[in-house]
Amino acid sequence: MTDIATMKDFRTIYADTLIELAQEDSRVVVFEADLMSATGTKHFKELFPERSINCGVAEANMVGIASGLSSQGFIPFVNTFGCFATRRAYDQFFLSANYARQNVKLVGLDPGITAAFNGGTHMPFCDIALTRVIPDLVVVEPGDGWAVHHLTKAVYAHQGSVYVRLQRKGNPIFYDANQTFELGKGIIVRDGKDVTLVATGAVMLEQAILASQALEKENISAAVIDMHTIKPLDKELVLSYAKKTNAVVTCENAQMAGGLGSAVSEFLSEQYPTVVRRVGIQDLFGEVGTVEYLMKRFALTAGQIVQEAKDAIKRK
Amino acid sequence: MGRTMNNQELKQLQVIAKHIRRDTIEEIGNLGVGHIGGALSVVDILTLLYFRVMEHIDPKNPRNENRDKLVLSKGHAGPALYAVLAEKGFFPKEWLLTLNKGGTNLPSHCDMNRTPGIDFTTGSLGQGSSAAAGIALADKLKRIEAITYLIIGDGESQEGQIWEMAMFAAQYKLSNLIAFTDYNKLQIDGSTSDIIDLGDIELKWKGFGWFVQRVNGHDFEALEDAVLQAKAQGEKPSMIICDTIKAKGFSLAEGLASSHNMAYSKEVAKQAIEELMAEDGGKEK
Repeated sequence: MTDIATMKDFRTIYADTLIELAQEDSRVVVFEADLMSATGTKHFKELFPERSINCGVAEANMVGIASGLSSQGFIPFVNTFGCFATRRAYDQFFLSANYARQNVKLVGLDPGITAAFNGGTHMPFCDIALTRVIPDLVVVEPGDGWAVHHLTKAVYAHQGSVYVRLQRKGNPIFYDANQTFELGKGIIVRDGKDVTLVATGAVMLEQAILASQALEKENISAAVIDMHTIKPLDKELVLSYAKKTNAVVTCENAQMAGGLGSAVSEFLSEQYPTVVRRVGIQDLFGEVGTVEYLMKRFALTAGQIVQEAKDAIKRK
Repeated sequence: MGRTMNNQELKQLQVIAKHIRRDTIEEIGNLGVGHIGGALSVVDILTLLYFRVMEHIDPKNPRNENRDKLVLSKGHAGPALYAVLAEKGFFPKEWLLTLNKGGTNLPSHCDMNRTPGIDFTTGSLGQGSSAAAGIALADKLKRIEAITYLIIGDGESQEGQIWEMAMFAAQYKLSNLIAFTDYNKLQIDGSTSDIIDLGDIELKWKGFGWFVQRVNGHDFEALEDAVLQAKAQGEKPSMIICDTIKAKGFSLAEGLASSHNMAYSKEVAKQAIEELMAEDGGKEK
């Protein structure tokens, strides 16, 4: 494997990791719904033509086919835009994949505002909320290139269905080559004592790190946690940092209702009531624009995190 | 194709089907309500498949990789399949009397994780069709020479997923997928022609690239002949449109849309079973 940090974008890392897995395990099959070019699995198809299944523009059927294939021992990775993966094929993923206890890895590309120029119709804001309520499902959003590589392998090794939110473009790197990743275990990216920023996904992990640096200049010590697994939530880590800092800000590139902020709030309100502020989409539909524009439009910025962090600290 | 079964074999299937109908009527009657209509209309298809056609069906090894598989996509007909699986020895017949009771292994709709012998979980219409195509694809990838059988309903054919699957199976040349449409022409709210008409259903499947046949779904010889032809053509997925009678064999309910999910007492079940068993053993109505 080449150095992850030098690779062009997440999708290339993801597609190369699938090739690596497929070389080791003949049970790995890749499904596409006419978005092979977007996912970047064309090379996979060249290497494993039989194990590259293009279902055309029919996502519900794709998830169903993958579920049937899984029942015979295969491990399908099912790729499409997150909006279609969850909203279009929800009942199929819910019943044929999860209720039937199959091993389907559903990968929703372009999470949240990263759908950018595809606009509101293609913007999966509610995919975390939709998937988080499926019993026993694992919900993952990698935060950097290393995470994409290692978590794809962890998702493969996990026995059971998984929903992965996968940004396609860019390769922000926050970790070094030795970083380990385990499903269900958040990562302390930066320690702190005044407030804890719990972030998921590359867009918001970067903003949380920038926010922690800005806060530091104001003598506020902010911890940053990469909650790459949204479900099951790393409750132990959340609890320990709630106790340590008594103020939490969640950061997600998704609808706040039902998302990471909900998961953290639900847990803390029952176990250790703590001031929680949430940064995320506030009950709005998506729209077109550059990622930079949309970050401002939907208040998904380091500035917003700083403001919420200060507010949380005030309310302690 | 000439006759493929002799009179004795035919008689034997008719007797088994009668027993499956008896057990299905009793199973639902014991609970007092259930999907009797669509269960009874597929009994002959299931009987032919499980007692004559399907290979490597072993109650001791229900997940045997090389077995022929069956997905009952119209999952509400589960009680008929449970009666078949009990008859085959996948579980004790006493289980049939637990249908839909809390903690049962026999829920209203098929559940592969609860019931031995069920090959895929179904219930939300349309979904079993894709699962069946996925299973057929898996066997092709593994070079396993098995057939996946799929049973869909006529009302179910209004689901878009059926047609997404139809295009997929044709594209991937799933000749190891043999499907049946239980065309009893009735759905919950009335006749299919009054709700959303299936139109020329044979032409539709042909247009989607399938090998299509149409038979009387209560005629074992015609059904078997169709299965043999479907296997012999070896190029396309197969659809066998089966003209059937909803609630076939239960005179009180036969041919009624209201039999889709019908309440009836144990006494009514008993009378229906007496009437069914008194019929001429050699001839189906």
